[in-house]
Amino acid sequence: MRVQAAPPTGRQKAGNSNPPAPARIASEGPRILRAGFIPLVDASVLIAAAEFGFARKEGIALDLVKDVSWANVRDRLAFRQFDIAHMLSPMPVAAMLGLGSNPSPTITPFSLGCGGNAITLSTRLFDRMCNETGLSDHASALENAQALAKVVRNMKERGEQPPTLGMTYPFSSHNYEFRYWLAAGGIDPDRDVKLVVVPPPLTSDALAAGAIDGFCVGAPWNMVASERGVGRIVAAKQDIWPSAPEKVIGMRPEWAESHPETVSRLIVALDAAARWCDRAENHDALAEALADQRYIAAPIDIIRHVLAGEFNLDARGNRRVIDRYFSFHAGFANYPRPSQALWIFSQMIRWGQSTLSEQNMKMAASAYRPDLYRLALGNEALPDNADIRIEGDEDGDRFMDGHVFDPAGMAAYVAGFAVKTTHVTLASGDDI
Amino acid sequence: MSRLDLTILVIDENTIRASIIEEGLREAGHARVTVIHEVQGVARTIETLRPDVIIIDLENPNRDMMEHLFQLTRTVGRPIAMFVDRSDTASIEAAVEAGVSAYIVDGLKKERVKPILDMAVSRFNAFNRLQRELAEAKSALEERKVVERAKGILMKMRGLSEDEAFALLRQTAMNEKKKMSEIAQSVVTAAGLLM
Repeated sequence: MRVQAAPPTGRQKAGNSNPPAPARIASEGPRILRAGFIPLVDASVLIAAAEFGFARKEGIALDLVKDVSWANVRDRLAFRQFDIAHMLSPMPVAAMLGLGSNPSPTITPFSLGCGGNAITLSTRLFDRMCNETGLSDHASALENAQALAKVVRNMKERGEQPPTLGMTYPFSSHNYEFRYWLAAGGIDPDRDVKLVVVPPPLTSDALAAGAIDGFCVGAPWNMVASERGVGRIVAAKQDIWPSAPEKVIGMRPEWAESHPETVSRLIVALDAAARWCDRAENHDALAEALADQRYIAAPIDIIRHVLAGEFNLDARGNRRVIDRYFSFHAGFANYPRPSQALWIFSQMIRWGQSTLSEQNMKMAASAYRPDLYRLALGNEALPDNADIRIEGDEDGDRFMDGHVFDPAGMAAYVAGFAVKTTHVTLASGDDI
Repeated sequence: MSRLDLTILVIDENTIRASIIEEGLREAGHARVTVIHEVQGVARTIETLRPDVIIIDLENPNRDMMEHLFQLTRTVGRPIAMFVDRSDTASIEAAVEAGVSAYIVDGLKKERVKPILDMAVSRFNAFNRLQRELAEAKSALEERKVVERAKGILMKMRGLSEDEAFALLRQTAMNEKKKMSEIAQSVVTAAGLLM
């Protein structure tokens, strides 16, 4: 029951390769969508939809606008300069919970896929972990975190400054994944280290200059640091939780309501683009588009490696291939599953950004809109299991510390973490 | 505290634009204005300065770092939030459009901040206009130069007078529905290939 696209008005001439004249739906206005994005490989589906004709096929012209900060993306979406935007998966959840400095209702009907993040430490710090704990070059993500915990304890005993670690935004997968990894190793991210925000394109330079000792960001910036020989990749997103949602397409709920057909066509276009991005034989074309100045403006070779999941862990030739490092479509990666929004909410509670209440549970889950996805793509596009499922209870999709997330037992789940903020609030209260 | 006792921090990597904003604030009677051009160490600046109002340009990639900082201030009793007057979306839209945003400390009345933001918006717009005009003037000058060169080439190669060379360029441009500078550029390029 895929929505049948009405013939776009601008395509009568056969063989006309020009984009159709801005098609109009009588009630929805011209279908030129201004879409904000940040130059990252996980914007691939959006970029491919614009570059390889998937949007045009649905009668939509995507006007992609590169931006410099997530705060800008949020504000430009809120104040109608963007119709849709490439966003961090926690951003709509934070918006619905009223968190951040300009919360404005935001929803997502489409997830741009999984994967792409990694944690990189300075080679200096990693060498110290090897020397002081006997860590091997082939240690797991958890062993790396435990080794860092030992070094952090040693630093404290000797009165040294704690490491400064960079992430991207307070409401980001990177913030929660970095904290998850640190805490799994026994490090309190608020007391034992100093977390700061560094814009992704500056991470490699900041690491080289010693301004930070490690970071968690998306591709290609981890590989940029490792290839330069200034960083060592110690964990990938897949190691922390393979299903963790990464970026999403955000929009204003009132805009989605007044443009139902545009939203459906957009989802159909993004779905086709996501399938295309997942196929390895298209990666050369995709890499070439992404490397362009208008998009990521990074070396094409690095982008090719990133798409293939071929990691140079450091500049000494230690390599690792991560199967499905990026999943643009497979495994229902585009499905905006509300239990994922609730997992994000659980981490917001864990680190003191929000509080547990029935109302907040409802608001957090409402940021993810599988109903819009279903409306556009039909029931056959849906996963078998429910919108709210138990996360991390299957082989191949475990959390690195073995915890299992049952949204029905939110309070117990958060309480079950040994490391969490001291002012975690599990009673119903509202400090927003 | 009088209206003019607000402590204002301006963060703008563009030093000229920052000084234009600073001047506007001083003209409006604000004496406690601090301007910084880079965000390095901004956390400490905010801690010591304790500004009531922060004005920042939106092209600054370090805005996300400020968001993190403001998240932390939530717990320390002097929360800072983005200036958003939901009853006046037009003016905040104009600000975002102009490329500027403001943060204010919790509890500060909106009407005390609005004139500051409005002034910043109009000066940002004036600055943007000035830059655009400058760029246009530059390209007009370039166009005039290329027409002069094309004229010279035609005079030399076809033995025309200056007026005739100019008339030929203009007529060709009209015939081909192009700008005179474009025709002139092709003459210059062609001459470069032929000679």
